[in-house]
Amino acid sequence: MSRPSVPVLLAALFLAAVVLVALIGNVFTPFATTDQDLLNRLARPAFLGGPAEYPLGTDRIGRDMVARLVEGLRMSLSVALAGTLIGAVFGTLIGFVAAHFRGLVEEGLMMLVDFQASLPFILIALTLLAFFGNSLTLFILLMGLFGWETYARLARGVVLSATSQPYAKAVVALGAHPMRLYLRHVLPNVASALIVQLTLTFPQIILLETSLSFLGLGIQPPLTSLGQILGDGRDYLSTAWWISVWPGTLIFVITLSMSILGDALRDRLDPMLKQRTT
Amino acid sequence: MTRFWTIKFLRTILTLWFVVTFAFVVLRTSGDPVVALIGADALPAEIEQFRRQWGLDQPLFVQYLRYVGQMALGEFGTSLRDQRPVIDIIMERLPATLALGLVAYGAALVIGIPAGIAAALRRGRTLDRAIMAFAVFGFALPNFFLGILLILFFSLFLQILPSSGSGTLAHLVMPAITLGTFTAGTLARFTRSAMLEVLDRPYMRAAAAKGVPAWKRVLFHALPNAAIPIVTVIGLNLGQLIAGAIVVETVFGWPGIGRLLVQAVSSRDLAVVQALVLVIAATMVLANLLVDLLYGLLDPRIRGGAR
Repeated sequence: MSRPSVPVLLAALFLAAVVLVALIGNVFTPFATTDQDLLNRLARPAFLGGPAEYPLGTDRIGRDMVARLVEGLRMSLSVALAGTLIGAVFGTLIGFVAAHFRGLVEEGLMMLVDFQASLPFILIALTLLAFFGNSLTLFILLMGLFGWETYARLARGVVLSATSQPYAKAVVALGAHPMRLYLRHVLPNVASALIVQLTLTFPQIILLETSLSFLGLGIQPPLTSLGQILGDGRDYLSTAWWISVWPGTLIFVITLSMSILGDALRDRLDPMLKQRTT
Repeated sequence: MTRFWTIKFLRTILTLWFVVTFAFVVLRTSGDPVVALIGADALPAEIEQFRRQWGLDQPLFVQYLRYVGQMALGEFGTSLRDQRPVIDIIMERLPATLALGLVAYGAALVIGIPAGIAAALRRGRTLDRAIMAFAVFGFALPNFFLGILLILFFSLFLQILPSSGSGTLAHLVMPAITLGTFTAGTLARFTRSAMLEVLDRPYMRAAAAKGVPAWKRVLFHALPNAAIPIVTVIGLNLGQLIAGAIVVETVFGWPGIGRLLVQAVSSRDLAVVQALVLVIAATMVLANLLVDLLYGLLDPRIRGGAR
């Protein structure tokens, strides 16, 4: 075990800070997300000569940027977390089912996997949003639909190679239910690969959610997310750049830290891969 | 050889058929297709005529066959918003997207591949670290935020480039940079690792031993052998480029099909959405076929059997 490098440590620290802010961020500001201060619309951040009570400035109807960012961060993180988990559970399950039944079921499921992998997901997302309309529940399910195909491929491959090994045959011979074999014996063996995949999917879902919200097709007001704040700020670039720059920087640093951590994790959990690529 | 082409070709057809079926299923499960395609405030007579015209009075199976036939012929219906044939609207917007995509992609190739080769040759040194850091940044920086930063810097601070619209070359600069950065980063990463795989192979040492100059070794001995993974990424990147165009065109008010799609989704102009999805999907599937065929040309080993 080597010690983690400086960028990896920084990334981990930053992510821990972000999660903390999302959890208890309200203590940094006396304002609620919806408090309006019409006399202080588009106020500069305090360190640039704006009013002292707004350290990061205000938006077009005088709402405190700190309060907005905490709220947006909370939404973006929870949507991405929910999406990642739904996708992982669903995808893994599909992979197990495909490997268990083989034959036509497997063919059909793998065709679905190929289909989703052949299109950019934002296209599928836009289609479903256009036809089914948008609500928070639907949007979260949509995020869960992202990336399931990778988990399905992974899980199927592992089950197929595991079931030919003696330990799996022994478990089956002892009369274990297939579910027991997959969940108790195969799943722990894929766990590391799955965890690495989770860290790769999470930033991608953050980017997907913020892109859609930025386009006005994701999280809708009165709810807010980092992408939605950024999209809001687009109309005020010449007068109030801070509305879009703060959430944008947050998104960037979160996805950057996540990928740095994910890469480090992959190197650690999968030494074979490291030998090949570096 | 023929077997290789046939399998690839059949797979392409199959995927296209999947896409059309997906569109049909979405259209039919999301509500009344008549309301979806001509609007809720249509007159009863209009609805009746539309039903007959699209065969919606027929059994579901017949409807499905007709639908597949119509899509195959490019009959996408009319737009709800401006009452014109969808295919005309798409054709009108397509050149802008192609121009943007080609410029962005060209730039990404010209920057990304040499950068990847340079990083591989200077492995572990400062240049390698700098190029890889840039690639990771390009990977994590959301394209809409990069676009906003460029607008802030070039249009509002320096005031040398227009922030949105089209018409002159100056309008193309920022959208192309925004769209190309991500692709250049991915290309650099993959080129680097593909080159690293081949650089210490025995034939490279043999070439060095027989006195081939370094630049010739890289260009004629290493690069062709590293080409397969690079071409794969180029094919995969097309999807990312299209996904990127959807966002970038909206940021810069570029009048292409990406912006059209966003507008159509937000105004729920479903005939346009459906047609765009089918057109984009078909383009991607065909591009993937081209990449597969290119493999066959690049690497004789692949042609032999199905991979």
